[in-house]
Amino acid sequence: MEVVNDQAAMLSNYEVFSLLKEIESKGKKKKSRAQQNLATITYETLKYLSNTPCTLQNLEMVAEFMEALGPYNLTKAEKLQLLNHRPSSAVEIQLIIEESEERLTEEQIDELLQLVADKLPDPNAPEGGGEGEEFGEGGTERMEEEEE
Amino acid sequence: MFTLVEMTDTVRIPPHLFHIKLNDAVIEELNNKFANKVVYNVGLCIALFDITKLEDSFIFPGDGASHTRVHFRYVVFRPFMDEILQGRIRSCSREVSLGFFDDILIPPDALQQPSKFDESEQVWVWEYETEEGTHDLFMDKEEEIRFRVVDEVFVDTTPTGPKVSEAAEADKEAKKSPYSLVGTISEPGLGLLSWWNSIG
Repeated sequence: MEVVNDQAAMLSNYEVFSLLKEIESKGKKKKSRAQQNLATITYETLKYLSNTPCTLQNLEMVAEFMEALGPYNLTKAEKLQLLNHRPSSAVEIQLIIEESEERLTEEQIDELLQLVADKLPDPNAPEGGGEGEEFGEGGTERMEEEEE
Repeated sequence: MFTLVEMTDTVRIPPHLFHIKLNDAVIEELNNKFANKVVYNVGLCIALFDITKLEDSFIFPGDGASHTRVHFRYVVFRPFMDEILQGRIRSCSREVSLGFFDDILIPPDALQQPSKFDESEQVWVWEYETEEGTHDLFMDKEEEIRFRVVDEVFVDTTPTGPKVSEAAEADKEAKKSPYSLVGTISEPGLGLLSWWNSIG
């Protein structure tokens, strides 16, 4: 066995996630003893990835996000980490991007956070937008139901 | 976190699998051989990505199986240096688990400074100083933490011949994991997720 290229490409969590789901759906037809290793690693990795934000992403979102990151001069690894982790605070951005204080102004960091929040869905967000909006709409809805 | 690695190998397909299409048989054999295994200096192999090239198959005298040289790409888990990862604390000697990958160690001097080990509860505690006083932030088991990969260690676990006289040492080495990572949480933003989410 030879390794031709150690680093042919970097994969985002989303790509690995969709590949593993495909393998899992195909693998349910044939289960031999020998496939046990594949089944184990597939199951564990899927379990880990289901707790990350990549489950809600799709191909178009990823492409749009990558294009939008163009003007910020980030390395490939930094863009990949932004995609995989979906930072929601400035501290996280500082962790992911080296020397972010020197390379980006505060405005740019805010813009980045806004980009991430817009383009990539948040797995922790309650359905239907912010809490303030929910309160207002929910309140009126409930009142209507009570009246009915 | 994951990379694509191009490899070539000769796949042996035994005769009882000849009824399956060659592609499928090769895929199955490759997955059997590599899935969940560590390749030295490459990483933990997860699953086959695709086959790039299938060369001619040969049957050698004395063996009924066909041998095919295959060029393929494999999905491999290998975090790069300084990558940020998220995992769960597994034990209090400061080991972290990623669920599918357990051998991640965060040594005591890579914890947020200053930290001390609380003997009564057998956990590590980060002593966080603010103007009001010192807060003790516990690092309990099963807590999700964010850490940075600092180093990776590959150990060659190929078996040595019986002539090696250090048989006892060989036993110890056999328990070493072939691929382990060293992490750190001594930076702002790293450590228990709950420490930073309340601020951010």
